[in-house]
Amino acid sequence: MGSVYRARDLHFPNVVKLVAVKEMINLAPDPIIRQTIVQNFEREANLLATLNHLAIPRIYDYFSHNEHSYLVLEFVHGKDLETVINDANGFLPEDQVISWAIQLCDVLAYLHGHKPDPIIFRDMKPSNVMINHNGDVVLVDFGIAKTFQTGSKGTMIGTEGYSPPEQYRGEATPIADVYSLGATLHHAISRRDPRLEPPFSFAERPLRRINPNVSSEFEAVINTALQYNPADRFPSAGAMKDALMNVARKTGALSKITSALPVSSGGIKPLWSFKCEDEIRGTPALHQGTIYIGCYDNNLYALNAADGQFQWKYAAEGGIVTRPLIFDNNVFFGSEDKRLHVVNSRTGKMVWMYYTDGKIYSSPRIADGHIFFGSEDQDLHAVNVNTGRAIWKFATDGPIHSTPLVANEMIYFGTESGSFYALDFRGELKWRFQAKRPVTSSPASKGQSIYVASLDGTLYSLDAKNGWAIWKFRLGKGSVSSPVIADDYMFIGAADGFIYCVDIRTAKEVWRFKTENQISSSPAIYKDSMYCGSVDGSLYCLEYRTGRLRWKFEAKAAITGSPIVFDDIVYVGSIDHNVYALFA
Amino acid sequence: MADFFRKLFGKKEEPDKLKPMDMATTAPLSDQQISSIMGFQNLKSETKQLIASVGQSVGKQRDHNEDSVLALTSTISGSADSIPFGLYIVADGMGGHQFGEVASNAAVRIMGGNITKKFHSYLYNLPTQSLQESLQEVMESSIAEAHQYVQREAPGSGTTVTAALVLGQQVTIAHVGDSRAYSIFPDGRIDTITRDHSLVKRLEELGHLSKDEAENFPHRNVLIRALGQGELLEADIFTIPFPQTGYLMICSDGLWGVISEKEILRAITEAPTLNRACQNLVDAANAAGGPDNISVVLAQLIG
Repeated sequence: MGSVYRARDLHFPNVVKLVAVKEMINLAPDPIIRQTIVQNFEREANLLATLNHLAIPRIYDYFSHNEHSYLVLEFVHGKDLETVINDANGFLPEDQVISWAIQLCDVLAYLHGHKPDPIIFRDMKPSNVMINHNGDVVLVDFGIAKTFQTGSKGTMIGTEGYSPPEQYRGEATPIADVYSLGATLHHAISRRDPRLEPPFSFAERPLRRINPNVSSEFEAVINTALQYNPADRFPSAGAMKDALMNVARKTGALSKITSALPVSSGGIKPLWSFKCEDEIRGTPALHQGTIYIGCYDNNLYALNAADGQFQWKYAAEGGIVTRPLIFDNNVFFGSEDKRLHVVNSRTGKMVWMYYTDGKIYSSPRIADGHIFFGSEDQDLHAVNVNTGRAIWKFATDGPIHSTPLVANEMIYFGTESGSFYALDFRGELKWRFQAKRPVTSSPASKGQSIYVASLDGTLYSLDAKNGWAIWKFRLGKGSVSSPVIADDYMFIGAADGFIYCVDIRTAKEVWRFKTENQISSSPAIYKDSMYCGSVDGSLYCLEYRTGRLRWKFEAKAAITGSPIVFDDIVYVGSIDHNVYALFA
Repeated sequence: MADFFRKLFGKKEEPDKLKPMDMATTAPLSDQQISSIMGFQNLKSETKQLIASVGQSVGKQRDHNEDSVLALTSTISGSADSIPFGLYIVADGMGGHQFGEVASNAAVRIMGGNITKKFHSYLYNLPTQSLQESLQEVMESSIAEAHQYVQREAPGSGTTVTAALVLGQQVTIAHVGDSRAYSIFPDGRIDTITRDHSLVKRLEELGHLSKDEAENFPHRNVLIRALGQGELLEADIFTIPFPQTGYLMICSDGLWGVISEKEILRAITEAPTLNRACQNLVDAANAAGGPDNISVVLAQLIG
């Protein structure tokens, strides 16, 4: 509600004396109110004219003309802090911001100490702080303009950002200015404009998370200034200045504190490990104290989960990458020898076999007396769990590597031609969805949605009933990893090396964690941790709500299979031929 | 560990189904909750019909209407059978700004037009090239387009907007401001689906205002986000199950700010039809003084 002009003072015709002229327009319709506004303005102008501080522009004159009122004041060469923040490449240096902060505390202390009544600045924000040609701060736009704003009724917008909560109870105190200064400094050092964030949400954006170069001491000062409760803030701008001086002394004298993350790595020793004769690319299964895992040496191994003791092995005629499934004392798994093998879980003796016309990479699922799995022969097979007879086959348009999901009495799976199918238990197509590249990932479900990733680099949420895409989340690259859900979070890895955490309601990224190579492994959740392997050879344990690294374990080669966790022990296989058991 | 067993036996879907019902309190499930859980489990083959009705009034104290409403109910062809389709939008233009009604009207028309354009070929069974965007992306781009239009054509004005796209048995919501969407169940549960983007709500969430203080807060009408306001508009967009056997309600603060949840429930459950229910709601808000424009949409899946 007003403009600022750059003007030349013609009382000094022989030199160029620049002044700033602030124009305010009096829009009040009632003549008495209009007059009151002008009187308030003139009273404030008189007050400001008596101030004498380097960081406050001098007032030269004021006048009113019809509905316009003008204030003539010192012209400040420079840029306002908001422009400085926006123009900077990257973060402003902390030392610079601290020195401005000290100057701002100084001028606020001067205003608050004004007699007989303290002057409250009321509107501390980056656009009201000029940085002059010497690099010093000057406060501009004293609350004067406020008198000219008439209240509006009805639903309206407020752009808060820098104002403290108590302002809405009509309190304007020196401590309110301390809060706004804290907000201004937060914006300056984090580059996050609080007007674009929910009000009073600073605590949700820890400074050092955004800008790790900020010292913890400076962060602590800003946090104190931003306390909700005025009593928890600095008692005065002077006290805040003292605290800042302390920080300046420390960070200036001592070398910067490195952000030491208490992360153990390499130091993790497995509880036990077991060496097979070739690569392990698949995922183990655990049943009644025994670990079952397939290997590229064509064997399925049964190991004692407690100590890794070998119990038996069963030789197929091709590599085994599928995850074994234990049901009714039998172990079910597919192999590159094109067969589904069923062996006794205690003895490893073959019970029956089922032949397909393609290699089997899709892991079996059992529901309703049927075993469901896909094959490279492009069929989804439904086999009787007791007799091993085919019940039906469903022909698709591509090889099936994806493990079917059985949910809502439907079977969901993807194909290498990029189709995604939903079948009922009779093998009839309910719907089909087309991705742009293969769907190797195995779907997960929650409520009425199905979640699956594709090599097209998208994580899809599909309506379980009709296949409509509800949302899409873009991954950096394609993914063969299968999503896992905990609470309202979904976890998945991708070929760009990131582990992603996505909010399944809104499709917003919660966090992402970078590993050193692509991720084929699917995450596992146990208690409040998430475990996932990477082709970089490490198994990562992250706090699943924040993505913070807890520990990592380095195998001697890539980990492409998925970990499983049981009774505080993580089991995972690696391309280095080993199965490892680690403390979760 | 339970998780592990579930994976092992491939029966992971069963406990998951209970989750959406996991309300904050732990009380025995009501018949309504049980039947809606059953509803989840019988996802397979029942065909549902979507019906909806609208109520609107300028209220008792305003001389013009700054609310706008759109309600569109149809079916679209799915792969097996036809699927219920519904688009319901309520927008409340901001008073004190010029063009409050311009903003709300534009928001509703532009969003509605944009969304129906995307579904045009499904609605009229024309040769289809499949929709490239997800439902949430459709909502997002539509709300962004409306935002830009309002900024361009009615600068300085703003509006709330709460839009619900029903497809099958799920609802995708796009929401800015303090109009609201509710799930209402005949057993008396009322869940507010949306979160107000208002200063009072924000202060309440931060524990700065108690419920009583919030009721009497002088700045109840201050929004912290509105369509048409600010460079970047971040709308809340999410998808939830349609309230089975219950109602989806969208309304402006002229309704929810004036009558209690109890009165809302009574107005709906005592009405023989949806039309009557909408009329009852509007009458109740007017009987309570009608301080603001009143808009309400009710939708129900039957059969």
